[in-house]
Amino acid sequence: MKNPYIPYEAKILEAWYETPGDRCIKTFKVTFADDKVWETWSHRPGQCAMVGIPGVGESMFCISSSPTEKGYLRFSIMKVGKNTTAIHELEAGDTIYVRGPLGNWFPMDEWKGKNVVTIGGGIGQAPLRPVIQYIRDNRDDYGELTVIYGARTSADHCFKDEFQDMMACGDCCCHLAVDVEEENWPHFVGFVPQLLMEVSPSPENTIAVTCGPPIMIKFVLKNLEKLGFTPDQIYTTLENRMKCGIGKCGRCNVGHIYICKDGPVFSYEQIKDIPEAFA
Amino acid sequence: MAAKKLSKEKVGEVLQELSKFRLITPVKSDDVVLFREIADPKEAFLEYGNSTVPPKKVVFPQTETLFRFTIGNPELREKNVEEEGTTVIFGLRPCDARAMSIVDKLFSWDYEDPYYLKRRELTTLVGMTCVQPPSINCFCTSLQGSPFGKDGLDVLLVDMGDHFLFQPLTEKGARMEETLASYLEDASPGDVERASSMEEEAKGKIVRSIDPQGIAEKLPSLWEDPLWKRVSDACLGCGICTFLCPTCHCFDMQDEVERGEGRRARMWDSCMFCEYTLHASGHNPRPTRKERTRNRISHKYSYYPKRFDVIACVGCGRCISLCPVNIDILEILEQVVEA
Repeated sequence: MKNPYIPYEAKILEAWYETPGDRCIKTFKVTFADDKVWETWSHRPGQCAMVGIPGVGESMFCISSSPTEKGYLRFSIMKVGKNTTAIHELEAGDTIYVRGPLGNWFPMDEWKGKNVVTIGGGIGQAPLRPVIQYIRDNRDDYGELTVIYGARTSADHCFKDEFQDMMACGDCCCHLAVDVEEENWPHFVGFVPQLLMEVSPSPENTIAVTCGPPIMIKFVLKNLEKLGFTPDQIYTTLENRMKCGIGKCGRCNVGHIYICKDGPVFSYEQIKDIPEAFA
Repeated sequence: MAAKKLSKEKVGEVLQELSKFRLITPVKSDDVVLFREIADPKEAFLEYGNSTVPPKKVVFPQTETLFRFTIGNPELREKNVEEEGTTVIFGLRPCDARAMSIVDKLFSWDYEDPYYLKRRELTTLVGMTCVQPPSINCFCTSLQGSPFGKDGLDVLLVDMGDHFLFQPLTEKGARMEETLASYLEDASPGDVERASSMEEEAKGKIVRSIDPQGIAEKLPSLWEDPLWKRVSDACLGCGICTFLCPTCHCFDMQDEVERGEGRRARMWDSCMFCEYTLHASGHNPRPTRKERTRNRISHKYSYYPKRFDVIACVGCGRCISLCPVNIDILEILEQVVEA
């Protein structure tokens, strides 16, 4: 068995900024240095990987590409600490290391035949992106796809081109928001939980998936319950500081759950009674 | 496997024989007893109560290399634990061996931890009974342990006064018996019987206790209870309760580079430290010692049993005896029971 602490060497194919500012978000498209890794690699929407640079360290990120996108993995990384600052220095052609896939995934097979609503905020769209892409690449397997997304300003929106594409393509219903009024913004102004009430999706045969800042999640969960969604129809991802990513080093626990191994994907039903889950 | 007799006079020769392996015994270093590889049998300090530092670092070093690399070269060179060679820990206490069998569950669930498990495979544990409880804070008997406990051990040496009763317990123990055959004699029939009455006597000398029944289920219901603030008010956050705990297994991972040569290493970490759960964003889900203490107790007495079916505490009493501000896990558990 492969040593789970040894990462794969990978090459950056492309890198671009999604958002500006001190906490800018940069997307990296990477492939393994050894093509043979692709023969054994298989990930599913929602899974994560440790990404890093030997000599600096590694951190856990969701894989923001769907397995239906072949030949590369995508990571969208916000610059917040030591590792992410070093990763942001890298450009196309540079070497990076990837360890994974780690953790569980969204039950895309169980959701076949259902409508899916994604509710994202800020960098929280990164784990939702593979869900959306997976559904769009297997369009006949799913019902309606509704995408709700917001960030502070339009400049803070990730994946801007893809949202434009989704709006034009017509294979899903896309709703965007900014927190405060800005010039030439044709879409909703307000917070994501408010936009959710405006869109008001029916809970009938529908799954809601939400990722974003904790305060947004808190109100989205409340509003989903108001709309009639039951806890087993609602999915989210949890995050905590992680080191090993394989359920050994201890720190990512909420209650008896290790987020790195048992998560990051949970139904609200699974975590609603664990007080530390929303700490 | 039949018990044998090992005369105490022959222990020096036995240690000499075992020094062909990587031989680890308790040693005295100033006022501290700890486990260390010895070069000379005379270094072994077997007339001890219990060690200040548990032997967990033999299989789970305080800092260990996972892999090495050279800056500018993409190759990662995995640490080969096999090179450390066959290891014998001679003279550890039953609680510390039992702790290893508890921690084994963590390192082997789902992903197998290659470093820890390889060391466990290479290591034979020769334990010694506690005739007297080593500490006034011993409470192993509350947690399915015993001063004569066998869990996790390969050989148990029952201290009969002038000699040991040598009890091989596993296949590794049987191989140890073969290795030491020339130093062992047949045990007298009365010894085995006497050993079991001695065990009862030793158990009776343990004064502290807790009834763990129901604690695992009760802890989550006390999430908001004021007891957590009360029991953690004095805490300094020094982490000694976790560093000296034989079942604490949390670790950090860090990269180190010097003159272009680097390694990724892992090192003991403590849930009692602020940085342990600190997110890069600045958010900390366990911002004060209250949340950290609640997690430490809940992890040992609720989360671990829920997950691995065993309490992650062996009742060695180190965290009580060595806490600089006298925080006492048994007093905390009593408050949990009474809350």
